Amino acid sequence: MIWIAVLVASAGCYLCKLAGLSLPASVLARPAVQRVAGLMPVVLLAALVAVQTVGSGQAVVLDARLAGVAVAGVAVWRRWPFLVVVALAALTTALLRLVVPGS
Amino acid sequence: MDLGDDRATSGRLRRWTARPVVRDSLGVALATGAYGTSFGAVALAGGLDVWQAMGLSLLMFSGGSQFGLVGVIAGGGSPWSGVATAVLLGARNAFYGLRLSRVLELRGWRRALAAQVVIDESSAMSMARADRSEERTGFYVTGVGVYLLWNLGTLVGALGASALSDPRVLGLDAAAPAAFVALLGPRLRDRSTWAVALAGAALAVATTPVLPPGLPVLVAGLFALVVGLWPRRGGGEATR
Repeated sequence: MIWIAVLVASAGCYLCKLAGLSLPASVLARPAVQRVAGLMPVVLLAALVAVQTVGSGQAVVLDARLAGVAVAGVAVWRRWPFLVVVALAALTTALLRLVVPGS
Repeated sequence: MDLGDDRATSGRLRRWTARPVVRDSLGVALATGAYGTSFGAVALAGGLDVWQAMGLSLLMFSGGSQFGLVGVIAGGGSPWSGVATAVLLGARNAFYGLRLSRVLELRGWRRALAAQVVIDESSAMSMARADRSEERTGFYVTGVGVYLLWNLGTLVGALGASALSDPRVLGLDAAAPAAFVALLGPRLRDRSTWAVALAGAALAVATTPVLPPGLPVLVAGLFALVVGLWPRRGGGEATR
Protein backbone atom coordinates (compact mmCIF):
# COMPACT_ATOMS: atom_id res chain seq x y z
CA MET A 1 0.00 0.00 0.00
CA ILE A 2 2.85 2.40 0.79
CA TRP A 3 4.39 1.54 -2.58
CA ILE A 4 1.16 2.48 -4.39
CA ALA A 5 1.14 5.81 -2.55
CA VAL A 6 4.81 6.36 -3.45
CA LEU A 7 4.16 5.69 -7.15
CA VAL A 8 0.88 7.63 -7.46
CA ALA A 9 2.18 10.65 -5.54
CA SER A 10 5.42 10.61 -7.55
CA ALA A 11 3.43 10.58 -10.80
CA GLY A 12 1.30 13.47 -9.52
CA CYS A 13 4.35 15.51 -8.52
CA TYR A 14 6.01 14.83 -11.88
CA LEU A 15 2.91 15.97 -13.76
CA CYS A 16 2.95 19.25 -11.77
CA LYS A 17 6.57 19.83 -12.82
CA LEU A 18 5.86 18.95 -16.47
CA ALA A 19 2.69 21.06 -16.56
CA GLY A 20 4.68 24.16 -15.60
CA LEU A 21 7.06 23.64 -18.52
CA SER A 22 4.25 22.78 -20.94
CA LEU A 23 1.13 24.85 -20.17
CA PRO A 24 0.61 28.30 -21.71
CA ALA A 25 1.60 31.02 -19.22
CA SER A 26 -1.91 32.51 -19.13
CA VAL A 27 -3.37 29.47 -17.31
CA LEU A 28 -1.21 29.74 -14.21
CA ALA A 29 -0.75 33.52 -14.28
CA ARG A 30 -4.29 34.33 -13.09
CA PRO A 31 -4.18 36.30 -9.78
CA ALA A 32 -6.44 33.90 -7.85
CA VAL A 33 -4.36 30.89 -8.93
CA GLN A 34 -1.17 32.73 -7.93
CA ARG A 35 -2.59 33.55 -4.50
CA VAL A 36 -3.65 29.96 -3.83
CA ALA A 37 -0.24 28.76 -5.01
CA GLY A 38 1.48 31.11 -2.57
CA LEU A 39 -0.71 30.20 0.39
CA MET A 40 -0.96 26.43 -0.14
CA PRO A 41 2.60 25.45 0.89
CA VAL A 42 2.53 27.86 3.86
CA VAL A 43 -0.72 26.50 5.27
CA LEU A 44 0.07 22.82 4.54
CA LEU A 45 3.51 23.11 6.17
CA ALA A 46 2.08 24.93 9.20
CA ALA A 47 -0.58 22.24 9.58
CA LEU A 48 2.03 19.49 9.24
CA VAL A 49 4.21 21.14 11.91
CA ALA A 50 1.23 21.32 14.29
CA VAL A 51 -0.07 17.80 13.68
CA GLN A 52 3.38 16.18 13.81
CA THR A 53 4.28 18.03 17.01
CA VAL A 54 1.20 17.40 19.14
CA GLY A 55 -0.70 14.69 17.25
CA SER A 56 -0.56 10.99 18.03
CA GLY A 57 -3.14 9.21 15.90
CA GLN A 58 -6.38 10.97 16.81
CA ALA A 59 -5.13 12.14 20.20
CA VAL A 60 -3.50 15.48 20.99
CA VAL A 61 -0.45 14.81 23.18
CA LEU A 62 2.04 17.32 24.58
CA ASP A 63 5.40 15.57 24.94
CA ALA A 64 9.14 16.00 24.33
CA ARG A 65 8.55 16.70 20.61
CA LEU A 66 7.15 20.12 21.56
CA ALA A 67 10.48 21.16 23.11
CA GLY A 68 12.38 19.88 20.07
CA VAL A 69 10.18 21.80 17.62
CA ALA A 70 10.39 24.95 19.76
CA VAL A 71 14.19 24.76 19.57
CA ALA A 72 13.86 24.26 15.79
CA GLY A 73 11.76 27.44 15.65
CA VAL A 74 14.48 29.44 17.39
CA ALA A 75 17.14 27.93 15.10
CA VAL A 76 15.15 28.84 11.97
CA TRP A 77 14.60 32.36 13.33
CA ARG A 78 18.38 32.64 13.83
CA ARG A 79 18.76 31.44 10.18
CA TRP A 80 20.84 28.40 11.11
CA PRO A 81 21.37 25.75 8.40
CA PHE A 82 18.67 23.16 7.74
CA LEU A 83 20.70 20.23 9.03
CA VAL A 84 21.49 22.06 12.28
CA VAL A 85 17.78 22.84 12.78
CA VAL A 86 16.77 19.19 12.35
CA ALA A 87 19.65 17.82 14.45
CA LEU A 88 18.99 20.24 17.32
CA ALA A 89 15.30 19.29 17.40
CA ALA A 90 16.09 15.57 17.52
CA LEU A 91 18.81 16.08 20.13
CA THR A 92 16.58 18.20 22.38
CA THR A 93 13.78 15.65 22.19
CA ALA A 94 16.13 12.74 22.87
CA LEU A 95 17.78 14.47 25.86
CA LEU A 96 14.42 15.41 27.36
CA ARG A 97 13.32 11.77 27.08
CA LEU A 98 16.46 10.71 28.93
CA VAL A 99 15.69 13.15 31.76
CA VAL A 100 11.91 12.62 31.79
CA PRO A 101 11.22 9.00 30.78
CA GLY A 102 7.95 8.51 28.93
CA SER A 103 7.79 12.10 27.61
CA MET B 1 43.55 9.98 -24.26
CA ASP B 2 47.16 11.20 -23.80
CA LEU B 3 48.53 13.34 -21.01
CA GLY B 4 48.14 16.65 -22.91
CA ASP B 5 44.44 15.98 -23.45
CA ASP B 6 44.08 15.13 -19.79
CA ARG B 7 45.68 18.37 -18.74
CA ALA B 8 43.46 20.36 -21.09
CA THR B 9 40.38 18.63 -19.69
CA SER B 10 41.32 19.31 -16.09
CA GLY B 11 42.07 22.94 -16.99
CA ARG B 12 38.62 23.28 -18.57
CA LEU B 13 37.06 21.65 -15.51
CA ARG B 14 38.85 24.06 -13.21
CA ARG B 15 37.73 27.09 -15.25
CA TRP B 16 34.19 25.72 -15.30
CA THR B 17 33.95 25.22 -11.53
CA ALA B 18 35.52 28.66 -10.99
CA ARG B 19 32.47 30.33 -12.61
CA PRO B 20 30.41 31.87 -9.78
CA VAL B 21 27.15 30.33 -11.03
CA VAL B 22 28.69 26.83 -11.10
CA ARG B 23 30.39 27.24 -7.72
CA ASP B 24 27.19 28.50 -6.06
CA SER B 25 25.10 25.77 -7.67
CA LEU B 26 27.46 23.03 -6.53
CA GLY B 27 27.40 24.50 -3.01
CA VAL B 28 23.62 24.36 -2.95
CA ALA B 29 23.72 20.78 -4.24
CA LEU B 30 26.13 19.75 -1.47
CA ALA B 31 24.06 21.40 1.27
CA THR B 32 20.82 19.90 -0.05
CA GLY B 33 22.42 16.47 -0.37
CA ALA B 34 23.49 16.70 3.27
CA TYR B 35 19.93 17.22 4.38
CA GLY B 36 18.87 14.33 2.21
CA THR B 37 20.30 12.27 5.07
CA SER B 38 17.63 13.70 7.38
CA PHE B 39 14.93 12.70 4.88
CA GLY B 40 16.27 9.15 4.79
CA ALA B 41 16.28 8.97 8.59
CA VAL B 42 12.81 10.53 8.94
CA ALA B 43 11.35 8.16 6.30
CA LEU B 44 12.63 5.12 8.19
CA ALA B 45 11.40 6.52 11.52
CA GLY B 46 8.00 6.99 9.83
CA GLY B 47 7.72 3.32 8.95
CA LEU B 48 9.01 3.20 5.37
CA ASP B 49 11.75 0.78 4.36
CA VAL B 50 15.02 1.76 2.69
CA TRP B 51 13.68 0.98 -0.81
CA GLN B 52 10.54 3.06 -0.32
CA ALA B 53 12.63 6.00 0.94
CA MET B 54 14.88 5.66 -2.13
CA GLY B 55 11.82 5.31 -4.39
CA LEU B 56 10.57 8.68 -3.14
CA SER B 57 13.91 10.43 -3.64
CA LEU B 58 14.42 8.95 -7.12
CA LEU B 59 10.85 9.27 -8.43
CA MET B 60 9.15 12.07 -6.49
CA PHE B 61 12.29 14.19 -5.96
CA SER B 62 10.71 17.18 -4.24
CA GLY B 63 11.75 17.60 -0.61
CA GLY B 64 8.58 19.18 0.79
CA SER B 65 6.32 16.60 -0.88
CA GLN B 66 8.50 13.71 0.28
CA PHE B 67 8.48 14.90 3.90
CA GLY B 68 4.72 15.54 3.57
CA LEU B 69 3.91 12.01 2.38
CA VAL B 70 6.10 10.43 5.05
CA GLY B 71 4.67 12.75 7.73
CA VAL B 72 1.07 11.76 7.02
CA ILE B 73 1.89 8.04 6.90
CA ALA B 74 3.98 8.30 10.10
CA GLY B 75 1.01 9.95 11.83
CA GLY B 76 -1.15 6.94 10.99
CA GLY B 77 -2.91 8.65 8.08
CA SER B 78 -4.19 6.80 5.04
CA PRO B 79 -1.74 6.61 2.12
CA TRP B 80 -4.28 8.54 0.01
CA SER B 81 -4.19 11.53 2.40
CA GLY B 82 -0.43 11.29 2.06
CA VAL B 83 -0.69 11.32 -1.74
CA ALA B 84 -3.00 14.37 -1.71
CA THR B 85 -0.72 16.25 0.70
CA ALA B 86 2.38 15.44 -1.37
CA VAL B 87 0.80 16.53 -4.68
CA LEU B 88 -0.62 19.76 -3.20
CA LEU B 89 2.83 20.58 -1.82
CA GLY B 90 4.38 19.72 -5.20
CA ALA B 91 2.00 22.00 -7.13
CA ARG B 92 4.35 24.96 -6.55
CA ASN B 93 6.84 23.35 -8.94
CA ALA B 94 4.36 24.06 -11.76
CA PHE B 95 4.85 27.77 -11.11
CA TYR B 96 8.61 27.41 -11.21
CA GLY B 97 8.25 25.54 -14.50
CA LEU B 98 6.21 28.37 -15.93
CA ARG B 99 9.13 30.76 -15.50
CA LEU B 100 11.72 28.16 -16.49
CA SER B 101 9.97 27.22 -19.77
CA ARG B 102 10.99 30.62 -21.16
CA VAL B 103 14.56 30.18 -19.92
CA LEU B 104 15.10 26.59 -21.07
CA GLU B 105 13.03 26.50 -24.30
CA LEU B 106 12.90 22.70 -24.42
CA ARG B 107 10.69 20.29 -26.39
CA GLY B 108 10.01 16.55 -26.45
CA TRP B 109 12.14 14.17 -24.39
CA ARG B 110 14.53 16.92 -23.26
CA ARG B 111 11.62 18.76 -21.65
CA ALA B 112 10.30 15.53 -20.11
CA LEU B 113 13.73 14.86 -18.59
CA ALA B 114 14.36 18.41 -17.38
CA ALA B 115 10.93 18.48 -15.70
CA GLN B 116 12.11 15.99 -13.06
CA VAL B 117 14.69 18.48 -11.71
CA VAL B 118 12.30 21.47 -11.57
CA ILE B 119 12.48 22.06 -7.80
CA ASP B 120 12.94 24.92 -5.29
CA GLU B 121 16.73 24.94 -5.48
CA SER B 122 17.21 24.65 -9.26
CA SER B 123 14.61 27.38 -9.87
CA ALA B 124 16.16 29.69 -7.30
CA MET B 125 19.68 29.24 -8.69
CA SER B 126 18.51 30.12 -12.22
CA MET B 127 17.12 33.48 -11.11
CA ALA B 128 18.82 36.88 -11.24
CA ARG B 129 21.66 35.79 -13.54
CA ALA B 130 23.50 37.98 -16.02
CA ASP B 131 22.25 36.24 -19.15
CA ARG B 132 20.27 33.29 -20.46
CA SER B 133 23.26 30.95 -20.60
CA GLU B 134 24.06 31.64 -16.91
CA GLU B 135 20.41 31.01 -16.01
CA ARG B 136 20.48 27.68 -17.81
CA THR B 137 23.77 26.70 -16.19
CA GLY B 138 22.36 27.54 -12.74
CA PHE B 139 19.31 25.39 -13.40
CA TYR B 140 21.09 22.34 -14.82
CA VAL B 141 24.06 22.23 -12.44
CA THR B 142 21.85 22.69 -9.39
CA GLY B 143 19.12 20.33 -10.64
CA VAL B 144 21.41 17.44 -11.59
CA GLY B 145 23.76 18.05 -8.63
CA VAL B 146 20.93 18.05 -6.09
CA TYR B 147 19.37 14.97 -7.74
CA LEU B 148 22.56 12.93 -7.35
CA LEU B 149 23.49 14.13 -3.85
CA TRP B 150 19.92 14.12 -2.48
CA ASN B 151 19.62 10.46 -3.45
CA LEU B 152 23.03 9.62 -2.01
CA GLY B 153 22.09 11.48 1.20
CA THR B 154 18.76 9.63 1.41
CA LEU B 155 20.53 6.28 1.11
CA VAL B 156 23.05 7.16 3.84
CA GLY B 157 20.33 8.48 6.20
CA ALA B 158 18.02 5.53 5.57
CA LEU B 159 20.72 2.92 6.11
CA GLY B 160 21.83 4.73 9.28
CA ALA B 161 18.30 4.89 10.70
CA SER B 162 17.52 1.29 9.73
CA ALA B 163 20.28 0.24 12.15
CA LEU B 164 18.26 1.72 15.05
CA SER B 165 15.72 -0.31 16.98
CA ASP B 166 13.55 2.62 18.13
CA PRO B 167 13.89 5.97 16.32
CA ARG B 168 12.14 7.74 19.23
CA VAL B 169 15.28 7.25 21.36
CA LEU B 170 17.17 9.61 19.05
CA GLY B 171 14.24 12.04 18.92
CA LEU B 172 13.72 11.34 15.22
CA ASP B 173 9.95 11.77 15.58
CA ALA B 174 10.69 15.47 16.21
CA ALA B 175 12.97 15.65 13.14
CA ALA B 176 10.07 15.73 10.64
CA PRO B 177 8.17 18.67 12.18
CA ALA B 178 11.52 20.47 12.62
CA ALA B 179 12.18 19.99 8.90
CA PHE B 180 8.74 21.48 8.17
CA VAL B 181 9.59 24.49 10.38
CA ALA B 182 12.78 24.98 8.36
CA LEU B 183 10.86 24.80 5.06
CA LEU B 184 8.14 27.12 6.39
CA GLY B 185 10.32 29.81 8.02
CA PRO B 186 11.51 31.64 4.90
CA ARG B 187 7.92 31.77 3.55
CA LEU B 188 6.56 33.66 6.58
CA ARG B 189 7.36 37.10 5.23
CA ASP B 190 4.50 39.26 6.51
CA ARG B 191 1.83 39.41 9.19
CA SER B 192 -1.04 38.19 6.99
CA THR B 193 0.95 35.09 5.96
CA TRP B 194 1.67 34.40 9.64
CA ALA B 195 -2.04 34.74 10.42
CA VAL B 196 -3.11 32.30 7.69
CA ALA B 197 -0.39 29.82 8.73
CA LEU B 198 -1.44 29.94 12.41
CA ALA B 199 -5.11 29.57 11.47
CA GLY B 200 -4.30 26.56 9.29
CA ALA B 201 -2.27 24.96 12.08
CA ALA B 202 -5.03 25.60 14.65
CA LEU B 203 -7.64 24.14 12.28
CA ALA B 204 -5.54 20.99 11.79
CA VAL B 205 -5.08 20.45 15.55
CA ALA B 206 -8.75 21.19 16.27
CA THR B 207 -9.94 18.59 13.74
CA THR B 208 -7.37 15.95 14.79
CA PRO B 209 -9.62 14.26 17.40
CA VAL B 210 -12.62 14.03 15.05
CA LEU B 211 -11.05 13.12 11.70
CA PRO B 212 -8.96 10.14 10.60
CA PRO B 213 -5.19 10.92 10.69
CA GLY B 214 -3.98 12.73 7.57
CA LEU B 215 -7.26 14.51 6.85
CA PRO B 216 -6.69 17.48 9.23
CA VAL B 217 -3.77 18.58 7.02
CA LEU B 218 -6.04 18.44 3.97
CA VAL B 219 -8.69 20.47 5.82
CA ALA B 220 -6.00 23.11 6.25
CA GLY B 221 -5.29 22.86 2.50
CA LEU B 222 -8.98 23.44 1.78
CA PHE B 223 -8.79 26.48 4.06
CA ALA B 224 -5.84 27.83 2.01
CA LEU B 225 -7.92 27.36 -1.15
CA VAL B 226 -10.86 29.31 0.29
CA VAL B 227 -8.66 32.15 1.59
CA GLY B 228 -6.83 32.35 -1.74
CA LEU B 229 -10.00 32.45 -3.84
CA TRP B 230 -11.83 34.85 -1.50
CA PRO B 231 -12.47 38.15 -3.34
CA ARG B 232 -10.06 40.89 -2.20
CA ARG B 233 -11.30 44.28 -1.04
CA GLY B 234 -9.89 46.90 -3.41
CA GLY B 235 -7.96 44.19 -5.20
CA GLY B 236 -9.50 45.26 -8.50
CA GLU B 237 -11.58 42.09 -8.79
CA ALA B 238 -15.31 42.28 -9.27
CA THR B 239 -17.16 40.58 -6.43
CA ARG B 240 -20.43 40.12 -8.28
